Amino acid sequence: MAEPQKIERHTISVLVDNEPGILARVVGLFSGRGYNIESLTVAEVDAQRHLSRITIVTSGTVMIIEQIKAQLGRLVPVHRVSDLTSEGPSLERELALIKVRGTGEKRVESLRIADIFRARVVDSTIESFVFEMTGSTDKLNAFINLMQPLGLVDVSRTGVAAIARGPEAL
Amino acid sequence: MSAQEMIGASVLIRALLDQGVDVVFGYPGGAVLPIYDELFKQNALRHILVRHEQAAVHAAEGYARSTGKVGVVLVTSGPGATNAVTGLTDALMDSIPIVCLTGQVPTHLIGNDAFQEADTTGITRPCTKHNYLVKNVGDLGRVVHEAFHVARSGRPGPVVIDLPKDVLQAKASYAGAPSAAARKHRSYNPPVKGDPKQIDAAIELLAKAKKPLFYCGGGVINSGPAASQLLKQFVKLTGFPCTLTLMGLGAYPATDPQFLGMLGMHGLYEANWAMHECDVMVAVGARFDDRVTGKVSAFAPHSKKIHIDIDPSSINKNVRVDIPIVGDVGHVLEDMIKVWKAKQVQPDAKALASWWKQIEEWRGRNCLRFKNSESIIKPQYALQRLYAAIKDKDVYVTTEVGQHQMWAAQFLKFEQPNRWLTSGGLGTMGYGLPAAIGAQIAHPDALVIDVAGEASILMNIQELSTACQYKLPVKVFIMNNQWMGMVRQWQELLHGGRYSESYTDSLPDFVKLADAFGGVGLRIEKPGDLDGAIAEMIKLRRTVVVDCRIDQTENCFPMIPSGAAHNEMLLGPEDHAKPVSEEGMVLV
Repeated sequence: MAEPQKIERHTISVLVDNEPGILARVVGLFSGRGYNIESLTVAEVDAQRHLSRITIVTSGTVMIIEQIKAQLGRLVPVHRVSDLTSEGPSLERELALIKVRGTGEKRVESLRIADIFRARVVDSTIESFVFEMTGSTDKLNAFINLMQPLGLVDVSRTGVAAIARGPEAL
Repeated sequence: MSAQEMIGASVLIRALLDQGVDVVFGYPGGAVLPIYDELFKQNALRHILVRHEQAAVHAAEGYARSTGKVGVVLVTSGPGATNAVTGLTDALMDSIPIVCLTGQVPTHLIGNDAFQEADTTGITRPCTKHNYLVKNVGDLGRVVHEAFHVARSGRPGPVVIDLPKDVLQAKASYAGAPSAAARKHRSYNPPVKGDPKQIDAAIELLAKAKKPLFYCGGGVINSGPAASQLLKQFVKLTGFPCTLTLMGLGAYPATDPQFLGMLGMHGLYEANWAMHECDVMVAVGARFDDRVTGKVSAFAPHSKKIHIDIDPSSINKNVRVDIPIVGDVGHVLEDMIKVWKAKQVQPDAKALASWWKQIEEWRGRNCLRFKNSESIIKPQYALQRLYAAIKDKDVYVTTEVGQHQMWAAQFLKFEQPNRWLTSGGLGTMGYGLPAAIGAQIAHPDALVIDVAGEASILMNIQELSTACQYKLPVKVFIMNNQWMGMVRQWQELLHGGRYSESYTDSLPDFVKLADAFGGVGLRIEKPGDLDGAIAEMIKLRRTVVVDCRIDQTENCFPMIPSGAAHNEMLLGPEDHAKPVSEEGMVLV
């Protein structure tokens, strides 16, 4: 039995009709009912059927997470709600573009660490790099923290995209 | 224009008629003129002209609640739509099926801050079950039919269709109402039948119960009159006691001995104590609202809970339950009765007898007693006399919000569903008169009474003009104590008697006011005059306003103070409550 007051982090996938206002409906639901959004991504995944997939990372007690899923399921344009955290193993990835500015030793060090993290250089000037990196949220955080003293100037992250492991579709 | 082609406004009227709509409550304006022009050209669809858009929605709610059909509203863009927002929120909170048509500026002007433009779908998104902005006239017919389906199915609620003026004037063909198969929505398919395993588990739990209780709400009424019949059948079959929420009154016959009365903040002593002490609770179409539970941590502490609700998000929202059953109340009750009979359940007769003995002791406290007076009209006495005069009649009662509403809930008894129309969730002052108008339109020959307070009634008093225009014999029974009574009561109990802004000076002369609108005004000042005036009110086939001057200082009891539990009720002014906790002080 889960502890009722423990705050858990859950990743929820929502399949919706790609229609105007759908994102506002979902976001409004979260703000209106006081739920957390730690990360949110949305893009069309089936152009023919006009379906979009929204991935939300949220946190709350078991009761709140249950409420969030029920409230999402109640929205008319929502086809399916899946809690990837509680419904078996799943994968989570995030992409980040990270700009680091510097010269000399710091510049070399940033490149060395990027190599360890398997980040790619996608833009370069004589005093800067833009790294592209894919991985878990934690891995991205770790890399960004390491870049901080080496001249981190700008970060753009996509938020979490997630999918269940195994052969089944959402 | 080819034979089948017509303008959008005409498609709209055709679709409404195909949905069986016979009346629309509305108010015209620039953006909806094409619809009003089409209305003018036909006679099948009746339009009731209200005096404020909020009242249009409340009237549609009164129509919907008293008939079980979808209420339809037609308002213009901008202020027309924003004025409707309170009504839409009211309908959302109380799960009332409404389709609200709002005008909109033409599509090419949307976003330009055009005259009478408002972001209607944006504004109404959190206060509707769903909303639509129709940008192509080709979608209009389909959207209208889908909107009615969404409004009435599942947990009912309000749906807005925002209609840009160019769409209303563009030409399209109308395909007619979709077939049953085509009506199946690609993402929205609310559950109907309950899970048989859960139903079995519920019956097993009930069979072993020693102190069982039915706790039923508006969901029973929304499920249709058959659900109320099934509830009665099941309650009778089990021999268990039954309490109802404010929204549920009428779902179980009030004069039946197994009925414990309303529960909650101003509910009956026996109902609240039974909730507190029960060992198995069956929540049927009720949502564990804070007015019902009181202090959640002390709510029914010894009970196992079965919860039947069509809305999965109602389950485990405020209170954790043991056996959730997601489905339509009527269908689930029918299945439960079948299983109960098939299993030949014999409840524990001895335990039940001692449970009833306990309940009778609580009943014996006679919690609605009050000290009557020969000189001043006590509000409770006024309602007792009103009930005596209307109980055998074909009657619908609406209310405003406040003390009078709670007294009406306590003292008027309803034997059937759809007869009691009150704003429960949102608590909207100004609800009662327009709702009464809607109910009277639906039931022209019935007696429709708005039990009002003098403060609430002023919030939509302009609707007397609507009532008089359509010669509606609506009765407005104002319990006039010159105070916002419930505000005054809370200030007395929680704020040291500092009556900040709760007294209304310069009230109108309600008798003259009724006269000015074209109705009839009556005044009652002495308890002895109640019967005569009430009889006169009922006899008059006209819009009547009764100004009943009641005791200014009477408070509404029983009462569970905010933040308190069901077993900490105050029965009357002689009961001194513990000081309200800090936690309680912040509750509404």
